[in-house]
Parts: sequence; C-alpha cells; structure tokens
Amino acid sequence: MKIAFSTNGNTLESLLDTRFGRCSRFLILDTETNHYEILENTQNLNAVQGAGIQSAQTVLETGAQALITGHCGPKAFKVLHAAGIAIYLADNRPIDELAKTFAAGKLAELTDADVEGHW
Amino acid sequence: MQIAIASGKGGTGKTSLAVSLFLANRDRSRLLDCDVEEPNCHLFLATRFVSRTSVEKRIPLLNPDLCKHCGKCVEACQFNALAEAGKAGILVFEELCHSCGGCTFVCPTGALHETPLKMGAITRALVAGKAELITGALAIGHTETPSLIRAVKKTRPDPEVAFTLIDAPPGTACAFAAAVEHTDFVLLVAEETPFGLHDLKLAIKALQKMEIPFAVVLNRMRPGFSSVLEFCKEKNYPLWLQIPESRAIAETYARGGTLLDAMPELEESLRLLLDQCAEAILCNPRN
Repeated sequence: MKIAFSTNGNTLESLLDTRFGRCSRFLILDTETNHYEILENTQNLNAVQGAGIQSAQTVLETGAQALITGHCGPKAFKVLHAAGIAIYLADNRPIDELAKTFAAGKLAELTDADVEGHW
Repeated sequence: MQIAIASGKGGTGKTSLAVSLFLANRDRSRLLDCDVEEPNCHLFLATRFVSRTSVEKRIPLLNPDLCKHCGKCVEACQFNALAEAGKAGILVFEELCHSCGGCTFVCPTGALHETPLKMGAITRALVAGKAELITGALAIGHTETPSLIRAVKKTRPDPEVAFTLIDAPPGTACAFAAAVEHTDFVLLVAEETPFGLHDLKLAIKALQKMEIPFAVVLNRMRPGFSSVLEFCKEKNYPLWLQIPESRAIAETYARGGTLLDAMPELEESLRLLLDQCAEAILCNPRN
C-alpha cells in the first residue's frame, strides 16, 4: 500500500513534519517495493486559505491509502475522510521508523480532527 | 464626504472618537459602524431601531446527479473552497467561498448553481431624532468582512447629510482597506505607546499607498511621552487633535458613556475637526 508522510526532508531518514496543510512536502512510500516519491507542497505553504483542503487533495491524488502526519484540522479531515484515506498521528520522528511502527499496527487511526482550523 | 476613523492598532479610541465626532456633528453627519466583526458604536448611543436587512453572499450548490467529477471547479477556485474527495465527489466549503462565480461558470454539466447564504445584517437606527447610525454585523462563523463593509458603505445617505463618518476596524489588512477605500479623508487615532506608534506608521504607509489624505488624532496624551508628537512633527504629518490620558474618560467609557460625556468642552473641537477635514478635502480635490 501507499502511505503519505508530511515532511521537511527528502529521504526515509527525514523527520515527519507535524504540520499537515502547510508542510514543505509529502513523501509517498510504497510499502511493498519500499520505493518512495517526493511531492512538493510549496503552493500550499503560501496559500491564503484552505491549505489543509488542498494538501488533502494532493494526498488523495497520489493514490495513498493512509496518511501519517502530526495534526489534522476539520476541513482536511473532511476531505480525507470522505475519500476514504485513513489518518494516523505521530511525533516528528524519522519516517522509516514511523513506517515500522505503522506496520506493527502501533499507530491509532484518527476518528475526528484533532485540532481546530488555523491551528 | 466620506471620512473614516481608523487606527492600525486596536483600542486606541477609534470608536470613542467616531461616536463623539458623530454626536457633536449629528445635524450634518451619519455614522457607519464598519467594524463588522464586533460593531459597538450602538452601545454608546441612545438609538431608535428603524430596520434590519440581511446581507447575502452567493455560494455554489452541487447537484450530485449531474456532477461528472471532472474537477474543473476545484481547479478554478482560487480560494480552496472546493475539493474533490475521490468517490465521495465534490465537497463545498462555503465559509471559504468568495462568491466569484468561477466554479459555476466552468462547470460543463450545470451541476453547480449559485444560491444565497446569509452572511450578515445591516441595521439602521436613529439617534437624537434623525441622525442615522448604520451598523454592519457579520453572522456568527462568517469571515467575509470586506464584503459586508462594502455593503454597509453602499447604503445611501440623505442628500442633506453632508458627512458620512466610518468607524473602521483595527489593523491594516483587508478589512481596514475595505473601510477606508474610496473615502475622502481618514482620521488616524494614535495612542502614545510604542505599539501605538508602530501601528500608526503601518496605517500611514497603507494610506499613502492608497493615496488617501489623512490627519492624526493623538489619544491618551501623557506628560513625558511624546514619540507620536515627535514623529508627526518630523514627518510633517498633520496632528489635529490631542486628547489627554484621563481617568474620568476611562470611567465614563466603562459605564457606556462617550468622550463628550466625560469632556463636554470637546464638542467645539470636534465640530472644528470635521470642518478641518472638509476644508482639506475641498482644497485638495482628488482626480
């Protein structure tokens, strides 16, 4: 399966960016091949409003089935939830480590937005 | 003539000045409360309610049966108010919509059409017989501040009323810009604090860019503090009125009283202040 991580870095050793809407980029990891791709999020970094919505749109266009990020506001949650993408919250730890934690089933799925908009 | 009372920093005394300027000139002016996120001029005035009208914005309404999920509306929206959530289809975030109509325009199947949504109200009331107070108030949860401010400013005055006074919102962002745009003159209320001076400079910069003439009113003058005075002198900016720091004014304000209640002797100065604005406007016609 494909998992999207919000991050500031470019590799699997990079740390998770706990911001979702305004993170620098997304790392999309294919857990079967262990290949990954990087998607810039610069456009959203500077969005006047609705950065979370646009980031959610970006993630779902990658075909990811799960998202691992630090926090998720109500509008982004609404888009991701409607699109059937599972959201997991984590701390700013290295992505490869989080991928293992996720594979071990140790990340709990988010059932509602954990922060207000404009958090 | 439209004269806005603005500041930059909040809490410098915009509403205090606007309300008292209005009262001192109630025979020849009306007051628009354009601080639509928290209008409060009415708290200081004995008003008689006349009418209230809703202000609506237009938002897209989706007919899912006609939607082919092409995503053109999402692409067209510059405000991220639309999202395509895979199988779930198009989601509309109406609070982010700026009513530009772009999404309904580009939709190839007619699945989107515009529908009105109440975003606020404009209340008309009378003070002391016939002086008019117009108050704009955003509906709870709405953020279309500039649109509502523009709607308040579109209300037409009685042709006999020479002056429209505008109580502007604080800051120097889009709400401030909407309140001062197309006005003839701005009175900037500054307070004698470091923050007050800092934001006065920002407000002046904004007004200069918009090419709107202004004068400064200095509030809470205290002996030994003269940064705003010195700044205006150095830059040659007009400083037309000084209001002293006064416990009596603060106490009166806390009871819902006005500057004029605390200092009735200001009435003459406030009539002169409006004359000065008129003179400045007539001497330097724009265009």
